Amino acid sequence: MRGTMINIYEVAETNQMIEKENLDVRTITLGISLLDCIDSDLERLNGKIYRKIYEAAKDLVKTGEDISREFGIPIVNKRISVTPVALIGGAACKSAKDFAEIAKTLDKVAHEVGVNFIGGYSALVSKGMTEADRLLIHSIPLALSSTERVCSSVNLGSTKTGINMDAVKLMGEIVKQTAEYTKDADSLGCAKLVVFCNAPDDNPFMAGAFHGVTESDRIINVGVSGPGVVKTALSKVRGENFEVLCETIKKTAFKVTRVGQLVAQEASKRMQVPFGIVDLSLAPTPAIGDSVADILCEIGLEYAGAPGTTAALALLNDQVKKGGVMASSYVGGLSGAFIPVSEDQGMIDAVAAGALTLEKLEAMTCVCSVGLDMIAIPGDTKATTIAGIIADEMAIGMVNQKTTAVRIIPVIGKTVGEKVEFGGLLGYAPVMPVNRFSCDAFVNRGGRIPAPIHSFKN
Amino acid sequence: MKKTIITVVGKDTVGIIAKVCTYLAENKINILDISQTIVQGYFNMMMIVDTSRTDKHFGDMVDELGALGEEIGVLIKCQKEEIFDKMHRI
Repeated sequence: MRGTMINIYEVAETNQMIEKENLDVRTITLGISLLDCIDSDLERLNGKIYRKIYEAAKDLVKTGEDISREFGIPIVNKRISVTPVALIGGAACKSAKDFAEIAKTLDKVAHEVGVNFIGGYSALVSKGMTEADRLLIHSIPLALSSTERVCSSVNLGSTKTGINMDAVKLMGEIVKQTAEYTKDADSLGCAKLVVFCNAPDDNPFMAGAFHGVTESDRIINVGVSGPGVVKTALSKVRGENFEVLCETIKKTAFKVTRVGQLVAQEASKRMQVPFGIVDLSLAPTPAIGDSVADILCEIGLEYAGAPGTTAALALLNDQVKKGGVMASSYVGGLSGAFIPVSEDQGMIDAVAAGALTLEKLEAMTCVCSVGLDMIAIPGDTKATTIAGIIADEMAIGMVNQKTTAVRIIPVIGKTVGEKVEFGGLLGYAPVMPVNRFSCDAFVNRGGRIPAPIHSFKN
Repeated sequence: MKKTIITVVGKDTVGIIAKVCTYLAENKINILDISQTIVQGYFNMMMIVDTSRTDKHFGDMVDELGALGEEIGVLIKCQKEEIFDKMHRI
């Protein structure tokens, strides 16, 4: 049953959120299975991949634009995720270069259908690597430097399998190589590369989106946003206690998520593709007022990174979920607050003020989604050090049964204090200092870190 | 019934409602409810209309009402009701 008619104040509130507080739907991501494209001939494989994606996604951008216009809500990105390519290319690819050809096909079709990113140039190696996984991983620097819109992700560990330290070590090297391959663009390639622990199969957000093998042939997943809306709501309850604070976040998250749910259902209906999940993440952009760090300040911190930051973020993340799950029956993906540095003006300010360090960011990742995200570090950082940073983050995810990730950019030719410009939604970032002590002997051991015990929780 | 919300925001001038209503009448769009307030000197109007009998494509209606708004010097938005309903009703 419908309640009373919508009134002018409710309409004004919604439109204020959209016009002044950057409320938007961050992405409609169409997941497409490529399992039925598998072929032992590379050329045939590329042809099948192109045709399958083109057919499935040719109306995606238009559908997104139509929905956006009819409801008056911006839908910022329309994207595609595909089955991890290591699984698809194994039979046809005999070298890293062969794999990079698939990346070019993905890039070409992404341009053709007009999406700004296509995710799934991925390998899932949480326990071990097949030869195809190894080749795909080795092809990442070439793939990301010879394409524009392809995003790559590698799952390195999980709560059930432990951490594949051989792959962690390798990814330290691959991140470094990708930075080298794209050094003319401030090592931008690394902004399109993320490593995970407990990677979700239905994440609509880049760079980590891929279409898991447990998913149906096609699926629509939607990522909502709305840090500015939460911040504005909180500015009206300054000085109130935690109960009031939490209630306000929950109510706001509910409203934001309902918009995502509506858009997801509309897209699903119009494209005749089943609806998968709404991802409840608070995703910031470099736009002023679209910042998760600003919410932390509104909660009561001088800067993100000040003592109390981890607690404030834990509270924020939890209330967003509590409000969001009420608004959508199918919640999934990453679902939590994102804390990227370069994509959030408040985070950038906090780093510039000396309030926020890599170590504090690591602590923050224990209580929110994703992890060390869009962090620029000196270009001369050793591959083993990057592997060490990755291992730490994977351990947090493994032990806490949550998704964690690392998207870190060693900017070749730049050092602490310099600025890096990635452009667009990726923003800019100050190069942050990294702990200079060695972890070589640790990283070089080889093998796996066993899965943790799930009892005796203290 | 297909409900649509039309909002008009801007400086108050003579004939805003008349012009919007004329457009709606010409396109067989029935007005179900109108409310308006003046906030800090700004004219704020909301109409709930039924678009089930119009032949207009929804996207064209959005564009044409937007253009009409530009002519009068106000901002006119036209949105399907569900976005408000989903957000403000459980």
